[in-house]
Amino acid sequence: MMWNDLQLALPEIFVLTMACVVLLADLAIPESRRGLTHLIATLTLIFAAILTARLMLASGEVAYAFSDTFVRDRFGDVLKVFSYLTLAAVFVYAKHYLRQFNLFKGEFYTLSLFALLGIMVMISAASMLTLYLGLELLALSTYALVALNRNSLSGSEAAMKYFVLGSLASGLLLYGMSLLYGATGTLELSALSASLSGGAGQSMLLTFGLVFVVVGVAFKVGVVPMHMWVPDVYHGAPLASTLFIATVPKIASLALAIRLLQDGLGTLHGDWQLMLAIIAALSLILGNLAAIAQTNIKRMLAYSTISHMGFMLMGILGGTSEGYAAAMFYTLAYVVMSAGAFAMVIMLSTAGHEVEEIDDFKGLAKRSPWHAFLMLMLMFSLAGIPVFLGFFAKWQVIAASISAGFTGLAILAVVMAVVGAFYYLRVVKVMYFDEPEASMAPLQAPVDFRALLSVNGIGVLALGIFSSGLIQICVRAFS
Amino acid sequence: MLTLAHFLTLGALLFSISVAGIFLNRKNVLLLLMCIELMLLAVNMNFVAFSRFLNVMDGQVFVFFILTVAAAEAAIGLAILVVLFRNRQSIAVGDIADLKG
Repeated sequence: MMWNDLQLALPEIFVLTMACVVLLADLAIPESRRGLTHLIATLTLIFAAILTARLMLASGEVAYAFSDTFVRDRFGDVLKVFSYLTLAAVFVYAKHYLRQFNLFKGEFYTLSLFALLGIMVMISAASMLTLYLGLELLALSTYALVALNRNSLSGSEAAMKYFVLGSLASGLLLYGMSLLYGATGTLELSALSASLSGGAGQSMLLTFGLVFVVVGVAFKVGVVPMHMWVPDVYHGAPLASTLFIATVPKIASLALAIRLLQDGLGTLHGDWQLMLAIIAALSLILGNLAAIAQTNIKRMLAYSTISHMGFMLMGILGGTSEGYAAAMFYTLAYVVMSAGAFAMVIMLSTAGHEVEEIDDFKGLAKRSPWHAFLMLMLMFSLAGIPVFLGFFAKWQVIAASISAGFTGLAILAVVMAVVGAFYYLRVVKVMYFDEPEASMAPLQAPVDFRALLSVNGIGVLALGIFSSGLIQICVRAFS
Repeated sequence: MLTLAHFLTLGALLFSISVAGIFLNRKNVLLLLMCIELMLLAVNMNFVAFSRFLNVMDGQVFVFFILTVAAAEAAIGLAILVVLFRNRQSIAVGDIADLKG
C-alpha cells in the first residue's frame, strides 16, 4: 500500500520539498527582497500544520508506514504541530536579529527547515534506523546553524566543539543500537519491545546496549554527564541560532527519549529508571548551582536549560502515561518560556552590540516598563512561581516522580527550584532596582516582533491560569 | 574458525581506539575527525557481524545509511574546520579554549 504510506508522511514530504524550494528560490531572490524567503518559510510551516491537523482529524488510530519504520500517532501529531508553531515564532524573532547583524541570508531558513524535517522524522520514528536518520539530519543542520556567522571566532569554535561532542554522542547511541540489534535481531522499536518482553536476547549485550543508548540520549537532551556542550554552544552561537537550539530541538529530545525508552525499551523500564533518576538529580544540582555563578545571560540560560531538562526526565522516569504526559507538558511549557526569554535578549541587542551580560538589563524598567514586565513574567515562570506556566509544569513532573516512588528526588527538585529562583529573580532585581548604565534609547523592534513577544509574555501567564487545556492535550496524546 | 565473538571484539577494539583518540588527542582537530569516522566504522563492523550471524538483513541496510551519514558528517565537519582555521589560523586542539564549559 504505497499510496497510503505516502499519505501518512505527507507533512514530511511537503517540508522536504519546501526546504529544497527555499534553497533554490533564495538564489534568485535579490538581497533587498529577502523578506520573501521568510514568507515562503513561514507559509511552509502553516501548510505543514494544516496537513498534520488533517491527518490527526482523519483518524485517531496509530498507523504504521514504510515497512513499519514510520509511525503516525496522536503524540507525534501534537508534537509536530507544536514544532511548527515554535519554529514560526523563532523565524519572527530571528529575522530582527539577522537583519541587524547582517546575517539575513537564506541559509538560516533552509537549515532550520531541514532541521525541522529531522525533528519530524524523529517524532514519527518507529525504527532505530529512522530515529538515527532524523537525529543526524537535525544534528548536522544545527552544527551549521551554530557556525552561521562565518567571521565569528566564538561561533566557529562553538560549532567545532558541538560537532565533535555531538558526533561522539551519535557514535555512542549507534553502538548501543547495534548491541540492541544483536541481542534481539530487529531494528523496529515495537518488535524490539515484543522480543524483550518475550525474554529473548543475551543479557550482557542488552545491558551494554541500554547503557550506551541512555548516554547517547542524555547527550542529545543535554543533561549532566554529557552537558558540557550546552553552555559553550549557547554562548558561542549567534543569538538567532541559540534561540533555535533552545526551543525546537527540545521537542525532538523528548520524542527521542520517549520513542526509544518507552516504545522500544519499555520492558527494561526497571533498568533505565534508576539511571535517569541519577542523571536528573545531577542535572538539577549542577544546572542550578552553576547558573548562579554566571554573569553572561546566555550561559545562565544554558545552565538553566540543563536543570529544566533534569525536571523533564523526572516525568519520564516514572514510566507511566501520566509521567510521559507530565514530561511532554514540561517540555512544551519550557519551549514557550525559553523562546520568550531569548527573544528579550534579542530585543535588547542593537546592531553591532550583541547583549551578553545580565548587566545589560540594568534599569530596563525605566527604559521600557512594558518589556521589563514581560521579562519579569518570563523569569517568574522559569523560576516556577505559582500562577505562571512554569509552576504547573514543575508541579506535574514532581507529582509524577512522587507517584513513581522517587520522593527523595522530588524533595531535591523542590529545593533546587528554590535555588534556581535566585538567579531568575536577580535578573528581575537588575531590571527594576539598578540604575541604567548604557544608553536610555528606547528599544527598537518591528511590530510583528513586539506583538509576538507580548503574546509570548502574556502567554506564560494565561497558559498558567488555564493550564488544564494544555495538560489535557498532553494526557490525550498518551491515551 | 571465526565466530561472532571475534568480530564483536574487533568492533569493540576499534570503538575504544576511536573514543580514546578523541579524548587523548591534544594536537590536531583533523585527527578528531578521523576518530569520529573510525567510530562509525566500528559500529558498522558490529552491524554487519550481527546481521551475518543472525541471518537478518536489516543490519546491512543500516550500514549503508551510516556510511552515507558519515560522508555528510565529514563534509560538515571539514566545512566547520575551514571556517575555524580562517578565523584562528590554527587547528591545534589546545587553541580551541576561548569558551570554557
